[in-house]
Amino acid sequence: MKYLFRKLSLLAFALFVAVTLNFFIPRMMPGDPATELVDKMQGIPPEALESIKVAFGLKTDDPMIVQYFKYLGNIFKGDLGISLSRFPTPVSTVLALAIPWTLGLIGLSTVLSFFIGTVVGIAVAWNRNKRAASWTVGVFIFIRSFPYFWLGLLLIYLLGFRFEVFPVGGSFSPYVQRPSWDFFVSVLYHGFLPALTIVVSSMGTWILTMRNNMINVLAEDYITVALAKGLSLKRIKTLYAAKNAILPSITGFAMSLGFVVGGGLLTEMVFGYPGVGLMLFQAVQAKDYPLMQAIFLFISTAVLAANFLADLAVLVLDPRARDGGR
Amino acid sequence: MLGDLWKLFLENKKALAGLLILLFFVGVALFAPWIAPYDPRGNKLVDQEVLEESRGRKQTVERTQLDEFTEERIYDQTFTTRTKETTVKFPLKSPPTSKHLLGTTHSGQDIFSQVVWGTRVSLSVGLVTGLFTTLVALTLALSAGYFGGRVDEVISLFTNVFLVIPSLPLMIVIAAYITVRGVVPIILILGLTSWPWPTRLLRSQVLSLKNRDFVRVAASLGEKPGFIIFREILPNMISLVMASFFQSTMAAIIGEATLEFIGLGNVSVVSWGTLLYWAQTNGALLSGAWWWFLPPGICIALIGTSFALMNFAIDEISNPKLRKR
Repeated sequence: MKYLFRKLSLLAFALFVAVTLNFFIPRMMPGDPATELVDKMQGIPPEALESIKVAFGLKTDDPMIVQYFKYLGNIFKGDLGISLSRFPTPVSTVLALAIPWTLGLIGLSTVLSFFIGTVVGIAVAWNRNKRAASWTVGVFIFIRSFPYFWLGLLLIYLLGFRFEVFPVGGSFSPYVQRPSWDFFVSVLYHGFLPALTIVVSSMGTWILTMRNNMINVLAEDYITVALAKGLSLKRIKTLYAAKNAILPSITGFAMSLGFVVGGGLLTEMVFGYPGVGLMLFQAVQAKDYPLMQAIFLFISTAVLAANFLADLAVLVLDPRARDGGR
Repeated sequence: MLGDLWKLFLENKKALAGLLILLFFVGVALFAPWIAPYDPRGNKLVDQEVLEESRGRKQTVERTQLDEFTEERIYDQTFTTRTKETTVKFPLKSPPTSKHLLGTTHSGQDIFSQVVWGTRVSLSVGLVTGLFTTLVALTLALSAGYFGGRVDEVISLFTNVFLVIPSLPLMIVIAAYITVRGVVPIILILGLTSWPWPTRLLRSQVLSLKNRDFVRVAASLGEKPGFIIFREILPNMISLVMASFFQSTMAAIIGEATLEFIGLGNVSVVSWGTLLYWAQTNGALLSGAWWWFLPPGICIALIGTSFALMNFAIDEISNPKLRKR
């Protein structure tokens, strides 16, 4: 339980830091983007102007600390301000439209990528002296060095434009009735390319992590003993080596989540997939600051929550963590 | 010590391949003006040839006799040059030809020249940011690892916190608030969001080195902290410092391209990221202009691979278990 408590308090503190950063970023910027923006926004509805001023802390004469506590209070109430680009819809309503798509796309493909990557990593480490194994590692090192969004562009070009196998944008066909089986199929069909982008480009990380862990474990004495005892190779590979190698891999997964999710957001932007990533992109284009900040908060919270789940998984799998940590 | 490491490094095939790729790009960046055939922003070639120069007649305006020997004369004379000016406009969105090795953009700029000049910006932003990040991380790691106690607790806490806060959205939000668009803000943003990984990595190395016998001996001999940190600990973690430098540089090159691709950079700077930005904004993808968005991505991927290969080699050198037997 100590382990869980330690992890939980770290995540809670991280959430607090993210919320605080979110408050201070607009107020700490050099120059005066707020006034500049407000000056440029002549002729927009006064309520929208109000919303900008609140976001930048321009509206009140309250000292910074009072503003900060008001801001915290608003967040607890779920009040994130009013979207400027979709005025006068509250930011939370706008954001809620995008969240399911992102959870579906990025959530599923990240988990999928971790599983495939781990399995491939085990195989590659087990066969590490074979040519095919080193080629696989090489190919994924190369793919991992692509910018995420560029792999997406490439796939859109090849499979969407050149060979017209997959749609080049959107998340479902507007011509099918929803909800229906056809709609479900259409969602899968539209999500395939973005998901493929995320899986292929993040898989390399898991392959490499798992491979290195596996190789380290395979050099342990108990593996040699197991081999000497004549246990079946399959048993040694899965129950002796992989089971122990996967723990640091899961911890690594938790810590890399931020990066992977970042890549997923970019993928959404490239594919015009109506999730949080695309919304962030549109918010930046439209200078919709309240929306932008809400998205940052949402993504941080989601990643922290996912981290917590990964910690729970470690807790279940690792007796050492259960017994109270190191 | 360093020499041995360098030798091991060069003997490793992966390291050598990585180093050669990096050197290639460094060469391109240094000699960009000589390699690029055209101005990366221009969309035409103007050639001037003087055919004939002629002088007109002298026409006296005023003549003054100053004294017996000196005469002053003011006159007008016209010089005419006849020039042949040939303007070759570059074709718009043309696929690769012998004149334009990588084709042209929608407004006719030569993409090969842009990629060559872009190497300069992308590589230097990457290297500067990588250096900056590594220095920040190294300072934090050395102070945390060496001094321990409260210092370590605070640094580790913030490292772990910023590790789990997703950096890309944070970068985007900060960049969106900065009104000055340019290379320097990008370096700062990338540096400020990417220190946690290397810090964590380096700190654990400092911790393990601090408890080795030779460091303990130095401490009990009464060496000053500065000596122990810089003469005993630091030289023994050079390979890890290099590894984090490579990793940070690679992350910075991709990060720069990402921010610019989204349009958060200065779009008038010629770099790989802005190239991709213009390609995307002008629909290169869906008009089939593959020559526009493929090359910058391939360059980024090649540089990334070069750093990854070198990192891999360092891993193999420092962890013999990973070597092939």
